[in-house]
Amino acid sequence: MTYSVGLTAVLVLLWLTLSGQYTLSGDYPLVIGFGVLSVVATVALTARMRILDRETVPILPALPLAMYWIWLGREILAANLAVVKLVMKPEIDVEPRLVRVPAEQRSGLGHAVFANSITLTPGTVTIDVEEDGFLIHALDTSFTDPAGFAEMGARSDLASDGKRKVL
Amino acid sequence: MSGAEIWHHLLFAISVASMSAGLVFVLAGAIGVIRLPDFYTRMHAAGVTDTLGAELVILGLILQAGDWQTMAKLALVGLLLFLTSPTATHAVANAAHRAGHKPDLAHFKPSHPRDLADEEGKA
Repeated sequence: MTYSVGLTAVLVLLWLTLSGQYTLSGDYPLVIGFGVLSVVATVALTARMRILDRETVPILPALPLAMYWIWLGREILAANLAVVKLVMKPEIDVEPRLVRVPAEQRSGLGHAVFANSITLTPGTVTIDVEEDGFLIHALDTSFTDPAGFAEMGARSDLASDGKRKVL
Repeated sequence: MSGAEIWHHLLFAISVASMSAGLVFVLAGAIGVIRLPDFYTRMHAAGVTDTLGAELVILGLILQAGDWQTMAKLALVGLLLFLTSPTATHAVANAAHRAGHKPDLAHFKPSHPRDLADEEGKA
């Protein structure tokens, strides 16, 4: 119930933002009618597919996720500067590494957030998902600090602590 | 000059600074793609273009947009890039890995029991 109401609210806001229609005069009833129809159809189809849950509608973990993104933004900025510094050196001097990083997140969403965060940070890319962790390619040994990965993993777990629950 | 005008010029200056910084990062990413030695390392340089370069250009555009609706749409574009670029990067990296493309590594560390077992299996 929370999820269908939340999804409806987000879709209405998205539709109003993208269309810019929020008065009821002139031709607008027809346009608003299409908007209402598309929102209702989307929510009905999502409910029928039984995928209305914490993962598809991350309303409840929205605040932790936003806090995580702010932290991740700083990490990405630092990693970008490090990669640009390596690339712009007169002599390319890198030692690429393949490393395995344990993934101890409690939920599938946590694993996905962690793997995507690693890939989003320049200098490290998740290459493969194994049963107990990720295989990661790093541009240089300076990007393979296990403590950094552990902190990112713990933070992505906190930002998405929910278990997948089907209504 | 009135306060509103000063505010307008200030926003314009910040916007131009942000877009120029974004272009510097896009250029650095392109140079990296050319200079780095192999497929996997080049992918990291392309990541600079995807993240900081694109987001700084979008931030500059948001500051110049004027009305909130355009701002919101640009912010949605930025969010979409933020969420989809790692997926695309991972898809390319994973495809190369599964096709058996070996990364160019100076040293292979730390060696994992599973890799040792693989090598023994091959030998």
